[in-house]
Amino acid sequence: MPNIRLGTEGVLALLILALCILLGFTTDTFLSLQNLFDLLNNQSVNIIFAVGLVVVLIAGGIDISFAVAASVVQYVVLTLLMPIGGGNWFFGIALAMACGAVLGLFNAFLIHQFRIVSIIATIGTFNLYFGLLMYFTGGVSIYDIPDWLYDAVPLVALPAERGTATLYLPVAVMIVMSLLTWFILARTGFGRAVYGYGSSPEAALRSGVRAWQIQAFAYGWLGLCAGVAGLMQAHIVQEAVPNALNGQELPILASVVLGGATLGGGRGTVIGAILGVLLLAVVQNGLNLMGVTPYAFQMIVGFIILVAITASNLGKILPGKARAREV
Amino acid sequence: MMDIAISAKHISKVFGQVRVLDDVAFELRRGEVLCLAGENGCGKSTLIKIINGVYTPEAGAEFQFGDDKVSGVTPHDARHRGIHVIWQDLALFPHLTVAENIVFDDYVASPLRPLSRKKAHDEARRIIGKIGADLDPDMLVEDLSIAKRQLVAICRVMRAEAKIIFMDEPTASLTAREVKALLDIARTLSAQGISIVFVSHRLSEVLDVCQRVTVLRNGKLVGTYPTEGMTQARLSELMTGRELTQEPRAAGKVGELLLELQGLSRTGEFEDVSLKLHRGEILGLAGLLGAGRTELAHVIFGMHAPSSGRMFKDGKPLALSSNRDAVAAGIAYVSEDRLNLGLVQNQSINMNTAATVLPELEAPRFFLSPKRIRQLTADWIARLQTKVSNAELPVSSLSGGNQQRVVLAKWLATKPDVLILDCPTVGVDVGAKQGIFTIIRDLADQGMSIILISDEAGELWYNSDRILLLRDGRLVEEARPSDIKEEELEGMINA
Repeated sequence: MPNIRLGTEGVLALLILALCILLGFTTDTFLSLQNLFDLLNNQSVNIIFAVGLVVVLIAGGIDISFAVAASVVQYVVLTLLMPIGGGNWFFGIALAMACGAVLGLFNAFLIHQFRIVSIIATIGTFNLYFGLLMYFTGGVSIYDIPDWLYDAVPLVALPAERGTATLYLPVAVMIVMSLLTWFILARTGFGRAVYGYGSSPEAALRSGVRAWQIQAFAYGWLGLCAGVAGLMQAHIVQEAVPNALNGQELPILASVVLGGATLGGGRGTVIGAILGVLLLAVVQNGLNLMGVTPYAFQMIVGFIILVAITASNLGKILPGKARAREV
Repeated sequence: MMDIAISAKHISKVFGQVRVLDDVAFELRRGEVLCLAGENGCGKSTLIKIINGVYTPEAGAEFQFGDDKVSGVTPHDARHRGIHVIWQDLALFPHLTVAENIVFDDYVASPLRPLSRKKAHDEARRIIGKIGADLDPDMLVEDLSIAKRQLVAICRVMRAEAKIIFMDEPTASLTAREVKALLDIARTLSAQGISIVFVSHRLSEVLDVCQRVTVLRNGKLVGTYPTEGMTQARLSELMTGRELTQEPRAAGKVGELLLELQGLSRTGEFEDVSLKLHRGEILGLAGLLGAGRTELAHVIFGMHAPSSGRMFKDGKPLALSSNRDAVAAGIAYVSEDRLNLGLVQNQSINMNTAATVLPELEAPRFFLSPKRIRQLTADWIARLQTKVSNAELPVSSLSGGNQQRVVLAKWLATKPDVLILDCPTVGVDVGAKQGIFTIIRDLADQGMSIILISDEAGELWYNSDRILLLRDGRLVEEARPSDIKEEELEGMINA
């Protein structure tokens, strides 16, 4: 079966490629450098979230509090930095990472210490974080942000049809976070232990894996990624709005699952998570360019997710005899 | 005299009020394959856990590992001395590759050192070669059969330089051919000076490869015997402490034709199966795992449609579109997977017994009558002599033999005249098995027709009136226990 050889990532990549070619023919703007760069600029935040979330899913958990945690990080960082003169990029990112990691570790603490199922624990912290944020901000946005965060940082600027096409800092940050996550998961023993724990917690414990380390890393790393993503989001929109990220968690979760992670743990890759986000982004972008009403987006995205998951499960259901029956 | 690998003396263990182990001695020689036999609850697992340092024995225990005499063991100690246990669940990582499973301990030992896939692959190759197994290091463990997973588990402990391997019920879910492959590997390891302890219920094949067998009963050591000249019957006797009166069922009065299959086939599962089942008959269905026995049962029970062929019951054509039709037609099927399919483990004994006949227990309509459920359960508990302290307890609180009685009760409550039993004694103690078969024989004597599927030739031979042998989905032979010996039947099945 070719599907098995290609893997989820291969199928996704082919699908994205096919869509790009299709959109290249049906619209005159999709394959423009500007549009593609914009796509990357706009998706960098989602991808940073996604590579964090895939770690939690691989470890056999789930987290839906990360998007509001990112909003909390925006407010905490800005509130702490503005009185001391605004700080700088280095300081800002370090603080966002630390702050995000703490929020993630709190999830890990609840899940590990009190044996709370991760979805319940993070529904709790989702409400807690969001409630605290709305209570203390009164729902008021922050428009007064430091200059370093306000000013766009162009990295690559290429001449394009209309003016220039530019890649901005968040894309670089996204690449760094993705590489880091990939390296930890695929190239360190600890990363393989995360897969092992997600695959069979009992077997991992008997091999001497410490559950708390896995949980702390998974949720802490997602928190850290969320902190970075939050800062990048504030940087892109040049303000901090308390409910800006609220509601982002489910589409990102869907993208990561599309990328081959499962809620059962043990499966998923960084590449898959990135491709999952990109697939949905390309679809949305294409629909947009084709003039489809935005009200149809969610419906179509939902449809794609269902079709994709059904198709990947069909492989397991249909040739029941052909698979895994060798003696 | 061979070297001593482990010698443990005066091992006792008390849990609460219960003395689980009472002054047991255990000796394992270097390079030996030993069988540790005993009924469920006889203290086998406790003994293994004490030797591995998981439990601390009562004072007075003496251990000797090689030439070291010590008074206690810790888990770390045991590992350090190369003692490993492969539990029945194998503790593998299904989503990782074979190679990654084999080198997993490295990931824990050095979490930061970036590792190369190639190294892991080569290392896995080396270990696989060492035990002489046939495994592809790049396969995902989830795609392997249970037998191959077992080999992966052996590779894992071999990687950890195991010198003594305990294997908990390693043959429980293997086919005869797979068991043979496993035993070959056991011989290979034993030739390399590694000692192996098989903990097993299924004794025939293990006796074959073991040099000695240590028998425990009710926490006490019965003795250690050479397997040379040991028979299964003698071993059962030692394990249960009583002579099991197993006599072949008297060939006798078989009633009129009840169920007939004509040229029944299901693509990819079995082909052209024709058989006749009479009233009051116990029809044994023999064959290796995967020969199509369970698949045939599923079709007779209406769970799958046959691709061709016909079924008749009482002379009338039988068309089943679901197992509900089968129940209505008086057919019942007891699954081999009692744990997952036969019972709802965390539901009460009452609810499990009533599960098949809920509509009949409604009073007057739509509302279940708790009183009728209790009556029904109490009635069956009495008839099958199930040992139950309180029928409101979850069914998981019962022993294997008693759970099986609850499954039987649940199906007998549908008042079937054809009862299909798929491996009814899996995970049931030697002693309790006898009780189950007494029930089955009584049912047949009362006129019920029974199809008995079993992995154990002995069970079929003792309990069937007639035995049909399935091989690769085809009925190849018919035999009567009165005409052949048990060993001949065993040979036919494994041929």
